[in-house]
Amino acid sequence: MTNIPETGRTSRVNVRLIIIQILVFSLLLTLGGRLWYLQIRNGDEYTAEAASNHIQQVVDPATRGSILDARGVPLADNETRLVVTADRTQLMRMKDRGKAVLGRLADVLGLKADEVAAKVRLCDAKTPRPCWNGSPYQPIPITDEATTQQALQIRERAEEFPGITAEPTPVRRYAGPGKSNTAQVLGYLSPVTDDEITKAKNTRSPLLRSDQIGRSGLERQYDSVLRGTAGVTRYEVDNLGRVIGKAKSDKSQPGSNLITSIDARVQAIAEKELDQAMKDARKEFDKNTGRNYKADAGSVVVMEAKTGRVVAMASNPTYDPNAWVGGISGKDYKQLTGKDSNYPLLNRAIQGQSAPGSVFKAISATAAVNAGYDFDGKYDCSSSYSIGNEVFKNFESKGYGPIDLGRALEVSCDTVFYDLAYRQWQKDGGNNPKHPKDWFYKTAHQFGLGDETGVDLPNEVSGRVPDRQWKKKYWEANKDSWCRQGKDDDSYAGKIAKENCESGMRMRAGDSVNYSIGQGDTLVTPIQMATIYSAISNGGTLYNPTVGKAIVSPDGKHVEEIAPKSHGKLPFKGDTRDKLDSALAGVATRGSAAWRFQGWPQKQIPMHAKTGTAEVYGKQTTSWFTTYTKDYTVVMTISQGGTGSGASGPAVRKIYDALYGVDDKGHIDEKKALLPRPEAKLPKIESDGSIEAQPIGAGRRKP
Amino acid sequence: MTTSPNFSISRYAPERSAWRKLTARDSIVRRLDWLMLLAALALSALSTLLVYSATRGRTELNHGDPYYFLLRNVLNIGIGIALAVGTVWLGHRTLRGAVPILYGVSVLLTAAVLTPLGATINGARSWIQLPAGFSIQPSEFIKITITLGMAMLLAAKVDAGDRPYPDHRTVLQALGLAALPILIILLMPDLGSVMVLVVIVLAALLASGASNRWIAGLIGAGIAGCVLIWQLGVLDEYQINRFAAFANPALDPAGVGYNTNQARIAIGSGRLTGSGLFHGSQTTGQFVPEQQTDFIYSVAGEELGFIGAGLIIVLLGVVLWRACRIARETTELYGTIVAAGIIAWFAFQAFENIGMTLGIMPVTGLPLPFVSYGGSSMFAAWIAIGLLQSIKVQRPLSA
Repeated sequence: MTNIPETGRTSRVNVRLIIIQILVFSLLLTLGGRLWYLQIRNGDEYTAEAASNHIQQVVDPATRGSILDARGVPLADNETRLVVTADRTQLMRMKDRGKAVLGRLADVLGLKADEVAAKVRLCDAKTPRPCWNGSPYQPIPITDEATTQQALQIRERAEEFPGITAEPTPVRRYAGPGKSNTAQVLGYLSPVTDDEITKAKNTRSPLLRSDQIGRSGLERQYDSVLRGTAGVTRYEVDNLGRVIGKAKSDKSQPGSNLITSIDARVQAIAEKELDQAMKDARKEFDKNTGRNYKADAGSVVVMEAKTGRVVAMASNPTYDPNAWVGGISGKDYKQLTGKDSNYPLLNRAIQGQSAPGSVFKAISATAAVNAGYDFDGKYDCSSSYSIGNEVFKNFESKGYGPIDLGRALEVSCDTVFYDLAYRQWQKDGGNNPKHPKDWFYKTAHQFGLGDETGVDLPNEVSGRVPDRQWKKKYWEANKDSWCRQGKDDDSYAGKIAKENCESGMRMRAGDSVNYSIGQGDTLVTPIQMATIYSAISNGGTLYNPTVGKAIVSPDGKHVEEIAPKSHGKLPFKGDTRDKLDSALAGVATRGSAAWRFQGWPQKQIPMHAKTGTAEVYGKQTTSWFTTYTKDYTVVMTISQGGTGSGASGPAVRKIYDALYGVDDKGHIDEKKALLPRPEAKLPKIESDGSIEAQPIGAGRRKP
Repeated sequence: MTTSPNFSISRYAPERSAWRKLTARDSIVRRLDWLMLLAALALSALSTLLVYSATRGRTELNHGDPYYFLLRNVLNIGIGIALAVGTVWLGHRTLRGAVPILYGVSVLLTAAVLTPLGATINGARSWIQLPAGFSIQPSEFIKITITLGMAMLLAAKVDAGDRPYPDHRTVLQALGLAALPILIILLMPDLGSVMVLVVIVLAALLASGASNRWIAGLIGAGIAGCVLIWQLGVLDEYQINRFAAFANPALDPAGVGYNTNQARIAIGSGRLTGSGLFHGSQTTGQFVPEQQTDFIYSVAGEELGFIGAGLIIVLLGVVLWRACRIARETTELYGTIVAAGIIAWFAFQAFENIGMTLGIMPVTGLPLPFVSYGGSSMFAAWIAIGLLQSIKVQRPLSA
C-alpha cells in the first residue's frame, strides 16, 4: 500500500465520478421539474379530477311549484302516483334485450306486450310514436297509473323484473277546476334532452336526467321559478364506492308557486262559450261560399282593462294537458301535432293572427284626428267609393249620408274611412310619395301593432302593419314568383300576380283604402286587440298583458308580485279618447253590436264594443268582436266564423253576464256575479306556505 | 495502530471514559457524515407519517389496527439503523473479507425465491414468505452484495498497487459475478430490480476506471438486452401493459393505466401546500393501489404538496451529494466503487420510483429508498448508509 500516493486516485476515476454526480443531480432536477409541472402548473385540473373521483351525488328531485288561479284554485299541481319505470340500459344488457321482462310486465299491468315494448324504444326520425325521446339513461315511465297491487307484485318479485321499478312519484296534474281547461296557457312538461342538460350544466339550476321542463305556456315561461332546485347530497366515497364521509350537501328546494290572474270560473265560461259560438257558427250558412261556416279556430281573451291582467284566455281547438303527463301516447301525439290536427297546441290568443276588419277603425279614427280631421266633422257615408275604375263597396253597412266619425264607427261605415285614407294617400304624394307622413300606419305602430305585446307567455307573434317598408321587403322577396306567375296566366290569381309584379313595391291607393278598414295585409292577434281596447278603456295606457300575478316562495314568506308594466300610451289628442269611448258605447247601444246587447244595464255598466268581419283571401270571413267596460276587455275572434257580432256576439255577452251577474232581463245580481270587480288581492297565504283556495262553486251562476 | 503524528497525542493521554471516547475529536462519532445521516433519518421519519396516512384506513390490509403499518415501519427503521451501526462497527473493509460468503448467501436466497419457498406478489416472484407474516425480498440485499463483490474484485489489483486500472480479466470476473443473480432475478421476473442492478454494475465499472470499451460495450449490451427481451416475449402480459400505459397515459384509465392515472391525480391535486396530512381525498379514499409501498410518493404529493414532495427530493439529494463527496474523497478504489454503486442504486431507484408516480417512467415494482414501507428495502438502504459512513470514517491510513 505504501506505493500508492495519498491521493490514490487517477484522473480518469475522478472525471467519471464527477460524471456520475452530474447524472444523479440531473435526474433529481428532472423529478423536481415534473413535480412542479403536475402540482403547480396543472394543479387545478388535477384537483378537479380528484374531486369528481371521490364525490358521488345522490339527487333528490324538487317538487314543482303549483300554478294557481287568482283565487288560489290550483290549475296545475302535483299528485302522487305509482309510476312504473324501466331502466333501458339494464334491459338492453339482457340476452333478449329485455323482451321477457317487458312481456311479464305487460301481463302484470294488463297492457299489450308490443305497447310496452314500443314505449322503451328510442325516438328517431323513422320511429313512429310511442317512443322515448328523453335520455336513454333515464328511467323510462311505462305507466303512471299502476295500482297498489300491481306495484306490490313488481316489487315482491323483483328478481323477475330486473330494471323495473314501481315507485310513488309526484306527477304533474292539470286539475281543470270547474271544468276549465286552460291548456294552452298552462302549457305542458316533457323530459329534458341531453342538449339541455349540457347547456344548463354550469348554471345555477343544473338539470337532471329525470327532470321535466316546461315546453310551452306558463310552464315554460316560469319554468325556472316553478322547477325549484333539486337536492344533491354529496358523499365522499373510496375507490370501491363505499361511503367514507359526507361532503357539502344542498337540500332540495321546492319550486315556487305561481299565482295567476286567471279566474278558473271565468275561464271555464269563456271556453264553454267560445266552443258554443263556434258550434253555432257551423250551423250558419255562408252566402259568399255557398256552404256553412267552418269555424275552424277561435280564441277569446278576458282582460282587466286597468292592469292588462288576463282573467281568461281560451283557444279552440283545444286538448287535455294531462295527455302529456307520464309520457304522451303515440295516438295522442298524432292528434295534437298531425297534419289533420288543426294544431290544438297553438294558443291562438297570442299566436293566431288575421286581418282585424272593422275593429281596426278605432285606430283609423284616431289616425284621422291626428292627421288633422275633425272628429265631429261631417264625412260622407256613401254606399260605395270609387278610385279610378276600382269600386270599393261599403262592406258592413249601407249608405248613411254625411255623418261624424263617431257615427261612422257606430254603423261601421267603410266609405268614410276610404275617403279619409284616400285623401291622406294623395297628400302623401300618391304613387310618387315625397316624405309621406303615413298617419294611418304611424298610428297603428303607436297602438302597438306589428310588435309583441310582451305578454308573459312564450312564442307570441307580432302581427303585421303593411307599411311602405314592409311592402318593399315583401315585394323583393316575392317579385320573382309573382312575375313568373303573372306572365302568361289569365286567371284572377294570375292578374293579381301580374299587378303585384309590376307595382307591388308601391303603396297603392287601393292598399291604403283597404288598410283603413282593417282589410288587406294587416295582421293582428287577439291579445293585441285586447291590449288596445283596454288602453282605450283605461285612458290610453298600453299594458303588457300578464297572466302571472305573483310568485310565492314555497314557505309563503316571499311574495313577489308581478306588477303591471306599460309599453306605451295611445296617441290621443285632446278629447279624442272620450269621443271614441262614447262612439264605442254607441256601437253597443245603437250601432252594429246593439242587437247583441239588448237589455244590457248600460247605465250601471257602460258597455263599449266594436265589431269586425275580416276578409281572408280564399277563406270565409273572420269574426272579430272587441268589447270593454271600465273593468274588463273581452275580445273574441273566430276564424271562418262569419260576422263579428253574428258569430261572437252571444258568447261575449254571456261572459259579461257571468262576470257582472246580469240576467236575461238586464237585472244585476251581485251575488251571482263571478267577478264584478277585478280581483285585486292575492289569495290568502297561510303561515305554512300553503295557499287557500276559494271554493270553485262560490258565486257561480246557475246554468 | 497508527503511528501518524496526528494521533500521537492519544498515546500519551490517560485512558478516557466511554463517553469521552465517543465525543472526542478523533472519535468515530465525530467523524460520521451527520448531514447524510440526518437526511436519511428525516426521510425515514417522513416515511412513517406517510405509511401511516396511507394505511390507517385500509382495514383489509392492516387487520383492523390503524397503527399496524406504522409500528412495523418504526420497527423496520430501528432494525435498519441497528444494521447500519453494525456495518460501521464492522467496517466495510472487514466486510471485504466476508464478501464471498455474503454474496453466496444472497444468491442462494434469491434462487430460493424461484423454489416453492417463494411468493408471488403483483406478478413478480420476489419474496420469501417467513412465519408470522414476515417476508424478505432477497433482491434488495443482492444490490449490496453485487456492489461489494464487484468493488472487491475490481479494486483488488488496483488497491494493491499492481495496476492503475482493473484489467480485462478482472472486469470479466466482476461481470460474471453480477450476471448470475441478475439472470435469476430476470426469471422472477423482476424487471425493476434488474434495471437497478445493471445500473449498479455500470456505475461500478465507471468508478473502477475500467476501459471505456467496457463501458460502451455494457451500455450496448444493455440496449441489445432490452430489444431481445422485448422480441423474445419473455415479458409477462402485465409488464407489456405497464409499458403500454406508460407510452399512452390515456389508455384504459380504469385498467392498466389506473394506477398511474390515480397517482398523478393525487399528486397534481396537492398543489403547493397539499391537502394536509391525513386529509388527501385520493389517499383517504384509497384510490391509489400499493400506496404504502411503491406509490408512497403520491401520499406526499397529495397531502404535503409541492413543498413536502419537493423536500423528499431535496433530502434524497442531500444523501446523494454526501455520498458523492465520500466517493471522491476516499483514497482507496474499493471504497470508491462501493460508494459509486450505492449512489447509482439510490439515484436510479429514486428516479424510477418517483418518476413512475409522476408518469415519466414506466411502472415497475421498485420501492423508494428510506420512504416506502417494506423491511428488506429499509434494511438494505440503511446498510448502504452504514457502508458509506464506514468508508468515510475509515479512510485508508498510510501504514
